[in-house]
Amino acid sequence: MSTMLMSGKRGLIMGLANDKSIAWGIAKACAEHGAELAFSYQGGPLKKRVEPLAAQLGSDLLIECDVSDAASLDRVFDTLRDTWGRLDFVVHAIAYSDKTQLRGRYVDTTAENFRHSMDISVYSFTAVCQRASALMTEGGSCLTLTYYGAEKVMPHYNMMGVAKAALEASVKYLAEDLGKDGVRVNAISAGPIKTLAASGIGDFRYIMKWNEYNSPLRRNVTQEEVGKAAVYLLSDLGSGTTGENLHVDAGYHVVGMKAVDAPDIAKS
Amino acid sequence: MSDIADRVKKIVVEHLGVEEGKITESASFIDDLGADSLDTVELVMAFEEEFGIEIPDDAAETIQTFGDAVKFITDAA
Repeated sequence: MSTMLMSGKRGLIMGLANDKSIAWGIAKACAEHGAELAFSYQGGPLKKRVEPLAAQLGSDLLIECDVSDAASLDRVFDTLRDTWGRLDFVVHAIAYSDKTQLRGRYVDTTAENFRHSMDISVYSFTAVCQRASALMTEGGSCLTLTYYGAEKVMPHYNMMGVAKAALEASVKYLAEDLGKDGVRVNAISAGPIKTLAASGIGDFRYIMKWNEYNSPLRRNVTQEEVGKAAVYLLSDLGSGTTGENLHVDAGYHVVGMKAVDAPDIAKS
Repeated sequence: MSDIADRVKKIVVEHLGVEEGKITESASFIDDLGADSLDTVELVMAFEEEFGIEIPDDAAETIQTFGDAVKFITDAA
């Protein structure tokens, strides 16, 4: 069997920050399977990080994008249409909450942070799917990233949990709307991975330790594992799957209480 | 120079692409070594990984210079 599951496929990766990013795990896996990639980035500090990574995967198609700006999103997909003519997949790895509200109580979330978080973390995926699906003339696959904090309460996840719940609901509605055109829409719910974004979440090291001790596989997951799952959803392997939230979390989402063999751990 | 200072210096050189000679005790990552705000987070993550320590946010905010980093890590390690 060929290992080039994605040869001939062209996709956009949105939200790559550095080589710790989940988006990097996905981009690498797609490239290893033969996909041709474009990257969007927000502003100069991210451009300087994305450029060398994109080059490693043989891509020089980098497009600046502010997902809160409709005109900016239009430009991204105009560029893709002009360059490639059509699109096969898009990966949305973008979220935002004011870092000071990723600790303490959700109830203290401000109206401004609520609106901004929902705009960047939820609406942007819908806005991306609107534009991407128009270019997916031979069918396509849209993928976003979520976290179990959407389904159950997690310490400090707060506004992001509420936003991810809305994102997961939007995946289902998008799947229905775009399914008729052969466009699939899915999410991956990854276990905790130490990324630049995760560094904004309070007690993240404790959360990782807890998952390691209590998930059925008794370990955390890697970017590479999320990448492999993404290849399934973005390639024809996942042709029958849409509206799905695929947990790549070492099984943590099935657990109801602390594992009997898990040590008691103190917050450091 | 201590082993910790050497290892911190190596991380800073690799991450910021600056000459070793510019990294003095009082060199500010942002003002003197050209770091942006993401670099400072990435440096803290790299220090945590290299030394197997946790640098909480409020502590991370106090690490402005090379000397601050060496001192924090020396105290924590």
